[in-house]
Amino acid sequence: MTLDFGRIVPSIPFILQGALVTLKYAGLSIFFGFFLGLLLTLMKLSGLKAMKWFADAYTSVFRGTPLLVQLYLIYQGIPELTGYSITAFEAGILTFSLNSGAYVSEIIRAGVQAVDKGQMEAALSLGVSYPLAMKDIIFPQAVKNILPALVNETINMLKESALISVIGESDLLRRANIIAAEKYLYFEPLLIAGAMYYVLVLILSWIAKHLEIRLARSD
Amino acid sequence: MIKIQHLSKIFGTHQVLRDINLQVPKGQVVAVIGPSGSGKSTLLRCLNRLEEPSAGTVKINGTLLTAANCKLTQVRQKIGMVFQHFHLFSHKTVLENLVYAPIKIKGLSRQEAEIQAKTLLDRVGLADKMHVYPSKLSGGQKQRVAIARALAMEPEILLFDEPTSALDPEMVKEVLDVIKSLAHTGITMVIVTHEMRFAREVADRILFLAEGQLVEDEKPEVFFKKPASERAKAFLEKVL
Ligand SMILES: Nc1ncnc2c1ncn2[C@@H]1O[C@H](COP(=O)(O)OP(=O)(O)O)[C@@H](O)[C@H]1O
Ligand SMILES: [Mg+2]
Repeated sequence: MTLDFGRIVPSIPFILQGALVTLKYAGLSIFFGFFLGLLLTLMKLSGLKAMKWFADAYTSVFRGTPLLVQLYLIYQGIPELTGYSITAFEAGILTFSLNSGAYVSEIIRAGVQAVDKGQMEAALSLGVSYPLAMKDIIFPQAVKNILPALVNETINMLKESALISVIGESDLLRRANIIAAEKYLYFEPLLIAGAMYYVLVLILSWIAKHLEIRLARSD
Repeated sequence: MIKIQHLSKIFGTHQVLRDINLQVPKGQVVAVIGPSGSGKSTLLRCLNRLEEPSAGTVKINGTLLTAANCKLTQVRQKIGMVFQHFHLFSHKTVLENLVYAPIKIKGLSRQEAEIQAKTLLDRVGLADKMHVYPSKLSGGQKQRVAIARALAMEPEILLFDEPTSALDPEMVKEVLDVIKSLAHTGITMVIVTHEMRFAREVADRILFLAEGQLVEDEKPEVFFKKPASERAKAFLEKVL
């Protein structure tokens, strides 16, 4: 077989604009997911049984079920339950944020627990309260473990966000499919979309790696 | 003044401290010795409630530390602790390690705190390391900074948990010298140590712990010359 990129050249800008949509999904999801994840982590570390139970259950459910199922549940379930006709964009951001919150909370928890326990004890022994020690002593040190992992989670989100095309959002994948259907050419548009995903992932991986090196240098 | 009554600590089913009774008057220097695993660290950590006692009471200057409503952060300000593994804040410079708690907890101005920190660093011989991060220091230097950090809160009591056990042999002396210089200056000191000569020189009193029990409580001259118990005799034969 031969590849015929010539016929889709005019459509390439259209496909590439989908990269912006994809990035928007990944970026917003990780942004909201971060605050949700932080909240869940605080609940896990709070020492309050009910809070910890809730946060653990939340994390377990969202990590233990397919993202696609979560997406359908929200996209189709919310209109049925509430009568509110949720847009694909809202459903996508909501699902991905709720989902990444679960992953981010595990990232933050692991980052906090990787900080030597002696740091907290030293702070407490000086008369520093537990929350203040968390804020001033533990979190600043945990950031070093957390940031690179967060970029990796953004990479996951970026790839997973291709799911959004199944509910009609015009992201990278969906646009490639539209061109494919128009031109009766399947391989070429999908190759371009795949290559675009890969370039985005490479850029983010590069950022993660350099972040890690920079942060490691500070100790 | 520290007053411990009927203190016990149980981890799961393992009784680590058994009915400890003890008073340490203000300004006294006490060395705690005993075999590894005998409960020395646990005893020390019960004195600032880093470890929660299972039973019994601890009073610090008349304040019941073991009370449920005890303002722990306030009592702990008056009790410094020096750890075997230093635990300097690794993301802060030496100076920031020293001024952090005085500024945040005691409410000193930055300027006051820095003046005080410089004096303390001078005292432990590390004025030139002020702007260095802990990872750039030797073990002995780290421990001296840790002592200075504890002193920056102007504690009435200082707890040392094997302050020289993690050090290379050539650095032990510099740390012991700093500790010696603090002894009998009014600060009450409880020092867990395996340095027998140091204990003998610096302490007013030796506590010998074995299997969670306070087996002996004696003046150093007496303890090291004529320990009363078989367990202390056996221990001293091994370490001396
Ligand atoms: N957090 C803990 N959980 C369970 N067991 C512990 C804990 N801390 C100490 N222990 C046990 O208590 C005993 C006494 O420990 P420790 O006070 O550290 O002894 P020492 O300082 O005299 O070597 C040891 O057997 C140790 O394993
Ligand atoms: Mg110990």
